[in-house]
Amino acid sequence: MRDPLSAVTVSLKPSGIRKFFDVVNEMPDAISLGVGEPDFDTPWHVREEGIFSLEKGRTFYTSNSGLMELRKEVDTYLTRRFGVSYDPQGEMLITVGGSEAIDLAFRAMINPGEGEEIIIPQPSYVSYEPCAILAGAKPVVIDLKAENDFRLTAEELKAAITDKTKILVLPFPNNPTGAIMERKDLEAIAPIIEENDIYVLSDEIYAELTYTDAGHVTIASLPGMRDRTILINGFSKAYAMTGWRLGYACGPKNIIAQMTKIHQYAIMCAPTTSQYAAVEALRNGDKDVEEMCDAYNQRRRYLINTFKQMGLPCFEPFGAFYIFPCIKEFGLTSDEFATRLLMEEKVAVVPGTAFGNSGEGFLRISYAYSMEALKEALGRIEHFVNRLRESI
Amino acid sequence: MREDILRILEKNSRIGIDELAVRIGADEIEVANEIKAMEAEGVICGYHTLIDWEKTSIETVSALIEVTVTPQRGQGFDVIAERIYNYPEVQAVYLMSSGYDLLVNMEGKTLKEVASFVSDKLSTLDSVVGTATHFVLKKYKDHGTILAKKKTDEREKLVL
Repeated sequence: MRDPLSAVTVSLKPSGIRKFFDVVNEMPDAISLGVGEPDFDTPWHVREEGIFSLEKGRTFYTSNSGLMELRKEVDTYLTRRFGVSYDPQGEMLITVGGSEAIDLAFRAMINPGEGEEIIIPQPSYVSYEPCAILAGAKPVVIDLKAENDFRLTAEELKAAITDKTKILVLPFPNNPTGAIMERKDLEAIAPIIEENDIYVLSDEIYAELTYTDAGHVTIASLPGMRDRTILINGFSKAYAMTGWRLGYACGPKNIIAQMTKIHQYAIMCAPTTSQYAAVEALRNGDKDVEEMCDAYNQRRRYLINTFKQMGLPCFEPFGAFYIFPCIKEFGLTSDEFATRLLMEEKVAVVPGTAFGNSGEGFLRISYAYSMEALKEALGRIEHFVNRLRESI
Repeated sequence: MREDILRILEKNSRIGIDELAVRIGADEIEVANEIKAMEAEGVICGYHTLIDWEKTSIETVSALIEVTVTPQRGQGFDVIAERIYNYPEVQAVYLMSSGYDLLVNMEGKTLKEVASFVSDKLSTLDSVVGTATHFVLKKYKDHGTILAKKKTDEREKLVL
């Protein structure tokens, strides 16, 4: 029989920590700090609106681009929160989570086999690289550095650009490091992006979870950047709606039109129930977002403080719900550390290397957990760290 | 800072001052002083424990009593409210905006105890015109806390 498989798909690296996942799931008494989704339920008024739409029998397809009502709300929201406006008619596409939008953008913009390059700063979310490869691009990784608080610097960007560079992925606030790009950081890279005529895929799914007074700044709001930015956001993190699978992409009309075409043929439309619920989230959800953000921020401060007391170096993350402590002092790889922590103390954390080689020597610790769970887990981590130190 | 402190204490009055200070990003001594000041000012009125008595073997009966009264000249409702809230079995007294005047929440050991409080003590007060007693059958949620069931974490243990 012929080989039924695509060589490109087969070549994709399987998630490196699959084995680790399996062990964790078979350990019922393990405390996990390994989850990348909110611990809050979707606010009740939002769930109610979803239920109501079902009761009303609103169970049909929506337009390919998504409900007009929702697209208008997205525009109002982006204008209000981040000072960028998009025409609901043509500059916006409602997708099945932010992930679909990433895939669509790459496929709509890359000419396969032409050696076009997508720059991916790492550590970062696991899907950029495979999506880039599947789209026929060559991923070019920038290893972000702890000494820069895992922000992307102008020098790093310059060094990665070639004449084949087409897209820069900007994954901030960042999963797994919690790093953000403040206005000054974005202003430093914007001229380079413009000079080299490259496009930006700005994955801002954690935008609402930014713990600075200035809040999140989107690169699309900088002069000249809007026309070369695909802004991706969604409802999963801000409104605790991961399972609803709903996100959106905003950008130049010509790009959105081609993304919509792929979306139309591959997906048809995002889930209708989720879209109705999302309208409610955007209209009346500000208070929920604020409350959840405040709770995350309290846990964030608590974790930073506790790791400081443990003597584990950890830069202060100002975004998302992760902290990224450094464990290099123990002479173990991230994988070894995480595996032993799981086996010996029954605490699951994700090795930094799951998010790129530059995550070596770090752990991703999620604080999308109750304070009680965090306290218990941190107690165990401290115990483990102390034992390691004694044995060195 | 006050609001931050109060929001946390309202949910968990047993939190240590050190943890409270870390969580709101403030200085420990400042937080301690602020709490002391709020206690003195009566902003913080007490630190209580929320108990679901149903899960104990101790019998309690809880009732909400609507009370209609004749307000007294020059004193409005305050005097009659005071006469009611001084009874230790009365948990709460609120002045209401319509329908009736005072809402009294009371707790007793038995139905009979509550009933006799209403008929012997409450109804016989001079300015009380009428009462309507509603017994609580089940408390689903109290003080913002769901009593009916505990939330469990149903997420996958690892999600990137």
